[in-house]
Amino acid sequence: MSVLDTGTRIEADRAPAAAAAAEETPLRRLAADFFESRVAAAAFALLCVIIALALLAPAIVPQNPYNLAEVDVLDSRLPPGSRAMAGYTYWLGTDGAGRDLVSAMLYGLRISLAVGVVSCLIATVIGAAVGLVAAYAGGRVESLLMRLVDLQLSFPAILIALMLIAILGKGVDKIIIALVTVQWAYYARTVRGTALAEMNKEYVEAARCLGFGHARILFRQILPNVLPPLIVVATVQAAHAVALEATLSFLGVGLPRTEPSLGLLIANGFEYMLSGKYWISFFPGVVLLATIMAINLVGDQLRDVLNPRLRR
Amino acid sequence: MTAPAAAAEPLARPATLEVADLRTHFFTKAGVVKAVDGVSFAVAAGEVLGLVGESGCGKSVTGYSILGLVDPPGRIVSGSICFAGRDLVGAPEEELRRLRGSRIAMIFQDPMMTLNPVLRVDTQMVEAILAHRSIGRRAARELAREALAQVGIPAPERRLRAYPHELSGGMRQRVAIAIAFINAPDLVIADEPTTALDVTIQAQILHLAQELCRKTGTAMIWISHDLAVVSSLADRVAVMYAGTIVEQGRAGDVVGAPLHPYTRGLLGSVPSAVARGVRLAQIPGMTPSLLDLPPGCRFRARCPRAGEDCGVEPTVSSPRPGREVRCWRPHLEAAA
Repeated sequence: MSVLDTGTRIEADRAPAAAAAAEETPLRRLAADFFESRVAAAAFALLCVIIALALLAPAIVPQNPYNLAEVDVLDSRLPPGSRAMAGYTYWLGTDGAGRDLVSAMLYGLRISLAVGVVSCLIATVIGAAVGLVAAYAGGRVESLLMRLVDLQLSFPAILIALMLIAILGKGVDKIIIALVTVQWAYYARTVRGTALAEMNKEYVEAARCLGFGHARILFRQILPNVLPPLIVVATVQAAHAVALEATLSFLGVGLPRTEPSLGLLIANGFEYMLSGKYWISFFPGVVLLATIMAINLVGDQLRDVLNPRLRR
Repeated sequence: MTAPAAAAEPLARPATLEVADLRTHFFTKAGVVKAVDGVSFAVAAGEVLGLVGESGCGKSVTGYSILGLVDPPGRIVSGSICFAGRDLVGAPEEELRRLRGSRIAMIFQDPMMTLNPVLRVDTQMVEAILAHRSIGRRAARELAREALAQVGIPAPERRLRAYPHELSGGMRQRVAIAIAFINAPDLVIADEPTTALDVTIQAQILHLAQELCRKTGTAMIWISHDLAVVSSLADRVAVMYAGTIVEQGRAGDVVGAPLHPYTRGLLGSVPSAVARGVRLAQIPGMTPSLLDLPPGCRFRARCPRAGEDCGVEPTVSSPRPGREVRCWRPHLEAAA
């Protein structure tokens, strides 16, 4: 067994602290730091509620707003608290097409969040891969990729998204393509910056000395170290994606009118705002605001917690 | 300058590694830095060779040259590195990559820096195995557990699940050593692996490394700036100065009766308990810039024995059996 029994005993005495901390994973430490801030904890709770509502929407809402058979046009633009013909109460009123706002909003939330999260994930994968390869390859490859990123970031996101939608047409998949296109560059830039710093660390040198191949070093050794800033950017960009999707839908170029996301609901109610029927735009607006704010607050706290320079 | 034989003393066992007249230069904008300039040595299986010298004398570059990991603007200009019957100089990158970590391994100075901070010990060890062997993850993990036990880590199963920051410095270096030895290499290059550790832990690590080499028959090059540490560990010692080996021989001989004035100076600047109250001897001056080496002996400007003849670069001579010295005026009179 041990070739050095005396040494073993000496060091075993010195290591109780390490043994006690052995069960502490980075994730647990992260969680403990994260919930130190009450605002962040509240934002996280709110976000969880929002996500749960969106996931469970079909089970908890009284009406399927996409099923025209369930929607009664005669109930259109009813104020909050009105009784439906079908017997239930429109707690937040109905929109111009007679859809129950609670139902429409939660279904809209599903679409908004799904589009945000999916586009965010795809953009993360593409951006991280581009950033890692650029940092690792260096030279011309790096210059080429990073100038592409610069070019991408020099255009306003909404402009590129509008142009893409104009070319591709409407639809959830098209929106996701547009969002990924305008967002991958942020990830690439962040990942490249962090990866460049990581590359100079000795564990990369040690990995080379162990005869690891390029892919193994990049994705098994460097990538895990690049994750913290990547997660932060992903959270912030998820909020951006949700907002951008809402903007596109509000402008009427995003999703089909029959399946309204939050942005489209706001747009639907916009025309009735001045006639006193505030609820059609107002409530979806509040939900959108709460969602984006919650994601941003969570992202901010994550950034603080994951930033080693700010760690106390 | 003549290319000396790898070692004057015939090795007891066939050499695992034979470096002959190795020159690794860095072609910087400021000029050519001759970091390694004509280095020759050999290491046999199970033998520990101490490579000693000041910072920047080319010890580490020698190590990286053997691994084929000299980054541009540096490159191996000439010489040969014979390992397992192959000359590694000019060998294809893929072949070198397969040697690294499996047949030639490296241990670094700071185990905090060389272990990946966000990966658990088992992940890192399993990765090191899977990079060179096609076995299952479970079998690899079992090997990793055995390797940890081998280097004297108590409760290896629990340590496997630990992150590097949860381990003490000595423990981390043991993990690093376990990783280096995990694929049963023929040669391990240890680059100042005890410099960052406490003296007590240092002794344990030295002992451990020595034991592992003896047991597994692995040859080891122990790079250090500390002649005292090396002499207690190594079988043979090579002293480097400004890119060349100025003296080599059996550890006891070199430390007991140094032939080169530089070795003598190095030993003189070690604080010892014996010479209490006596002012430490210093080597005057500074190491010459590797960018602009003076003609003749590189140590001439700092050497107390320098004379006219030192204006010509000294050749390697073997004034005593098993000893090599690169000096015109070695300390022959003092030796018993």
